[in-house]
Amino acid sequence: MSAQLTILRAGPSMTLQDMGRPGHLALGLSRGGAADRLALAEGAALLGQPADTLALEMAALGGEFQASQDTRIALTGAPMRVTIDGDAVVWNASHCLPASARLSIGAAMSGCYGYLHVGGGFASDPFLGARSAHLSAGIGALLQDGEVLAIGTDKGRETNRVIDVEDRFQGGEVRLTPSFQTHLFGKTELDRLQLEPLHRAARANRMGLALTPHGGGYHIEGGRNVVSEIVLPGDIQVTGDGTPFVLMVECQTTGGYPRIGTVLPCDLPRVAQAPAGAEFRFRFVDLNEAVELERAEAKRRAELGKHCRPLIRDPRLMRDLLSYNLIGGMIAGNEDI
Amino acid sequence: MTQSSPAFPMIRTGGVDGLLVSFGDKLSEPANRAALAFRAAVEAEGWEGVEETSSTLVSCFVRFDPLHLAHDVLRSKVDTLLKRRNWFDAALPEGRRFWRIPTVYGSDLAPQLAQAATAAGMSEAEAETSLSNARVRVQALGFSPGQPYLGELPEAWDIPRQSQLTDRVSKGALVVAIRQFVLFGVSAPTGWQHVGQTAINLFQPEADEPILLRPGDEVQFIATDAASLNNMRSDPNGGATYETLK
Repeated sequence: MSAQLTILRAGPSMTLQDMGRPGHLALGLSRGGAADRLALAEGAALLGQPADTLALEMAALGGEFQASQDTRIALTGAPMRVTIDGDAVVWNASHCLPASARLSIGAAMSGCYGYLHVGGGFASDPFLGARSAHLSAGIGALLQDGEVLAIGTDKGRETNRVIDVEDRFQGGEVRLTPSFQTHLFGKTELDRLQLEPLHRAARANRMGLALTPHGGGYHIEGGRNVVSEIVLPGDIQVTGDGTPFVLMVECQTTGGYPRIGTVLPCDLPRVAQAPAGAEFRFRFVDLNEAVELERAEAKRRAELGKHCRPLIRDPRLMRDLLSYNLIGGMIAGNEDI
Repeated sequence: MTQSSPAFPMIRTGGVDGLLVSFGDKLSEPANRAALAFRAAVEAEGWEGVEETSSTLVSCFVRFDPLHLAHDVLRSKVDTLLKRRNWFDAALPEGRRFWRIPTVYGSDLAPQLAQAATAAGMSEAEAETSLSNARVRVQALGFSPGQPYLGELPEAWDIPRQSQLTDRVSKGALVVAIRQFVLFGVSAPTGWQHVGQTAINLFQPEADEPILLRPGDEVQFIATDAASLNNMRSDPNGGATYETLK
């Protein structure tokens, strides 16, 4: 019988997510998928599986879980307090979750979206090429207390690995390229966008997040009667009252509000993970530079495995020391791990 | 606009991986047909590195992989294709259908009919007659899955969007502004005025064809009463029927 993970207690906003469903803009369906795609890739690297393996996304607060058999897990994204049967374990790392042990994940200490990955991934039927929930489109649902999630076949063995990640959990510099309507904004407003700090407002979800500008709402010279046009995740839309919103993975696919710029895909995790009040500094980069930044990020993501290393644990604190095969896994030293 | 102004077609980039070919800066029949036809042509070209295309009211959008298809290479391909013909003359897509969608106008189901009628200079009864007689076309899908923008309504309906958003209209809401309808596929906030209510499910994830309407389809929102609409709610299509256009 294949493994299952039971949700003993679900946080308020937990869904299953993969890399989403690109390719359906023509139907009016945005890509969706993990709010922080880098975190999804980091968890997959820790467990040695494909980056778009289905994982559990937890917004702000985790939950309590129990596996039906020994299961490899990894924890990535916004660091959350986590214990296995009461013992604290390391975030950004892979672990063995023994059968029937209680995995307890608390509130995010920084950032917004935490991820629980399992070896083999969560199993479910695909819809339009992906398994992720897209609540604003009516695909999938929030996970509930008592729900039992099927786990796919795990081909890997390794646990106790940790991945070094860049701190992207408190705002910071975010790079932009022009959007379709950037030219409708005057130089004054484009300069202001790059000079003034903008803070993440309280309103935020997987569709978008509001920004609070210090110098009041943004003014549009070209007027507001813009024909409805394609919207992309990362677009910064300026609504009627001048409030900028960064549109996220579950955004609408078209919109009539002008967009002042578009966040580079490689910087979108930093935006998604910014907690309320976090400060952003926006900066336009030219298109060639943007392409090179994306190229560098694609290479880095393909090599995430190289950023994983063994998790050094203090043997005196390891209750389960005797369960380890202490002389297995010898390596010659020249393997690509 | 019946002819292309010198600025159009216009090519713009959006984000690092998007290219937009626009055939106008406001909605017109020729620009809409050009957008639909140009998108079909880009699809037929099958350029390597193009990841998806879609059409909006007046534009064709191309999303591509800039790591494998350089911006200037794609732009020159698009330029060449644009010069192949006058896209404003393009015919409508094949296989179009004519839909009749039962709709309750006004009442507490669609509370903004009165104010929209005033804006259009009509009585409520005149507004209902005008809107239910209009035969409009799906010009684009967007915002949420399967959600159509439809036009073009008689000139009296060139009324602005509201400056303040309505917090939420219900799924199936028929809203009007700028000589267009939008038929909502989900419950959402909007700046358009809620004049009618339907029972249609535009997006049916479990169905073989999850999306009901297609760009080019024609639609008439036939007036019905609240009790009849309520009976139609058991039908996923909300009582909507169609015939194929020849």
